[in-house]
Amino acid sequence: MEKSIRKYFALFALPTIIAFGIAFVVPFLLGIYLSFTEFTTVNDATWIGFGNYAKAFSNQEFLNALGFTVKFTVLSVLTINVFAFILAMLLTRKLKGTNVFRTIFFMPNLIGGIVLGYIWQLIFNGILYKFGVTLTSDATYGFWGLIILMNWQLIGYMMIIYVAGIQNVPKDIVEAARIDGASRSKILRNVTIPLVMPSITICLFLTLSNSFKLFDQNLALTAGAPSKQTSMLALDIYNTFYGKTGWEGVGQAKAVVFFALVALIALVQLVITRRKEVEN
Amino acid sequence: MKNIKKYLGLMLVMSMVVVLAAGCGNKENNTATNGGNASSGKNGSVYFLNFKPEIAETYEKIAKDYEAETGVKVKVVTAAAGTYETKLKSEISKSQAPTIFQINGPVGFQAWKDYTLDLKDTKLYSYLSDKSLAVTEGEGVYGIPYVVEGYGIIYNDAIMKKYFALADKAVSISSTTEINNFETLKAVVEDMTAKKDQLGIKGVFASTSLAAGEQWRWQTHLANLPLYYEFKDNTEFDNTVLAGLASKEVQFKYNDKFKNIFDLYIKNSVTKEALLGSKSVADSMAEFALGNAAMVQNGNWAWSQINDVDGNVVKAEDIKFLPIYTGMEGEEKQGLAVGTENYFAINSKASAENQQASIAFLEWLFSSEKGKAYVTNDLGFIAPFNTFEESEKPADPLAKEVSAWMEKDLTSVAWTFAAFPSEEFKNVFGDALLQYAQGNKTWDEVVTIFKDTWKAEKAK
Repeated sequence: MEKSIRKYFALFALPTIIAFGIAFVVPFLLGIYLSFTEFTTVNDATWIGFGNYAKAFSNQEFLNALGFTVKFTVLSVLTINVFAFILAMLLTRKLKGTNVFRTIFFMPNLIGGIVLGYIWQLIFNGILYKFGVTLTSDATYGFWGLIILMNWQLIGYMMIIYVAGIQNVPKDIVEAARIDGASRSKILRNVTIPLVMPSITICLFLTLSNSFKLFDQNLALTAGAPSKQTSMLALDIYNTFYGKTGWEGVGQAKAVVFFALVALIALVQLVITRRKEVEN
Repeated sequence: MKNIKKYLGLMLVMSMVVVLAAGCGNKENNTATNGGNASSGKNGSVYFLNFKPEIAETYEKIAKDYEAETGVKVKVVTAAAGTYETKLKSEISKSQAPTIFQINGPVGFQAWKDYTLDLKDTKLYSYLSDKSLAVTEGEGVYGIPYVVEGYGIIYNDAIMKKYFALADKAVSISSTTEINNFETLKAVVEDMTAKKDQLGIKGVFASTSLAAGEQWRWQTHLANLPLYYEFKDNTEFDNTVLAGLASKEVQFKYNDKFKNIFDLYIKNSVTKEALLGSKSVADSMAEFALGNAAMVQNGNWAWSQINDVDGNVVKAEDIKFLPIYTGMEGEEKQGLAVGTENYFAINSKASAENQQASIAFLEWLFSSEKGKAYVTNDLGFIAPFNTFEESEKPADPLAKEVSAWMEKDLTSVAWTFAAFPSEEFKNVFGDALLQYAQGNKTWDEVVTIFKDTWKAEKAK
């Protein structure tokens, strides 16, 4: 059996590899190539070297978007994971209806980002109207709006992962700790958290990369208003590519920088949290 | 072990069935398209990327009719409001690229010049009653305008009559036709705001839409007026568009006039200033159609939007136009802003037969009886072609009004915004206007942004 699987490996893997090549590798390489060219449509491009990268970094909007994205990511990663963990702790106790709650908390994750963005825009504007302002009045409204939206959407998903992790913590270790007289917070800090570290790795990775490359929610909720102050990296790239004639190459260059950033941050985070994982 | 083998075998068989089915499906598709091509084979086919979402359905009807008559397939795709350039950019790099698309004048032509076919020798160009309207470069003709439009302040005459009938009105004039400068307009509007409960309206002006993508009435149309006058002062050029295209910088010297009318709009609006950031053009047209507002700035293309609103209370004969008065000297002689930013271009990279089919389709639309009927009655275009008789002008009230204003002894304001440097410039200015309306920016800052962005975008 082993042998025949190995023999036919190519046969079974080939469709996926072809699909991966068409849908990912080729566009990716083409994108990198295009970032060094000037073009209107992707079919005819002229090579111009690093000009686009210079333009991208001398462009204040890109740096603003980067700053906003970093601020947003730090805060949302923290809040989402803290709330998700707390919820997971609550819902792994023997409470009535935990399954119903878990389902409800998970549901927002099933709604598309654009829809969520518009719905929350209505909700926020409805509330802010009472105070005579709208989401576009101030960049802080947009910022907090995005944080709330993102929390609402992702907490349930992360919670499920934490629930799985917490349920995997062996009961006997917790019991042993309790018999040894460890307090609740001590058990949490020294037993539970180290043992759910694999879940933390996954959750941090998901929230970090999702927040960093947020697009639909940003577009639907604020579209960068007022005056691009709430546009995040992905939206800025989109606007550069499609909004400014003659800046397509710059948009592409920004996208390459963006990819490198997301990949770097996610890898660093993975390495760090992996190290903290323990065997149980 | 046996089980696993059995399942593997089963899976193989199933995947083969799937592949076969897909293959057959493809084949069927292929023959279908081949068949389709055979019937219209030598005639080519047309892919029209439409700019105006408000008349998308009419174009679909025309396409169907044309196909029934000539057998040539016409595909119409419409870009959502404010996304035409985006759509065009992604569509034109496909293998089935649009054969007819639209450029918005000399600036748009610069962006798309690699894709525009020279139309000098077409009948369509020869139909044009004023050849100078076309977008040209050197000997070539690359964009052909197909509609003349006008914009100004649309008002609901029923409400205005009600106002002028009031015993305690504060102005001396007694009809809207007597409003011929900013001062009078302002006096009337402010008095109407004070008496809005008596008039049964929520505000004189419909919401000044400032949501993202909905600001074009202000950052483009309204900004046109001060710049028209500024470029008109530059006598080196024949027209304001050329003067504008040559200006690396602008002074925005009539910015106080812009502020005059903009302030009037936002202070006498259905919606409070701080809440304008969430309003769309559709919102404000609905407010007008439902009788909540007496006036709204927009163009004759807005007729369908007014007419199609559910619960519309405005009668067609009550819908009238007023020029946008801003306080310029001698504005008593100013008419509506009339011009075009709609130019057809033919994709130069499409196949020759598709290009011919596309040109033939446009010629049919603007010269055959059936096509012309669609243009006047359904699309409501005031078409700038000599194939149209006097009796074939559109009958919708706003288009009629535009024609009427053009015949008066007034100077129409030219559409100078064809010379605006880029979409980016307009959007940055629009965002600044929103911030001004919300009180986060002073007017001086807005003026600075306007000038700086113009300069930066021109320098590119």
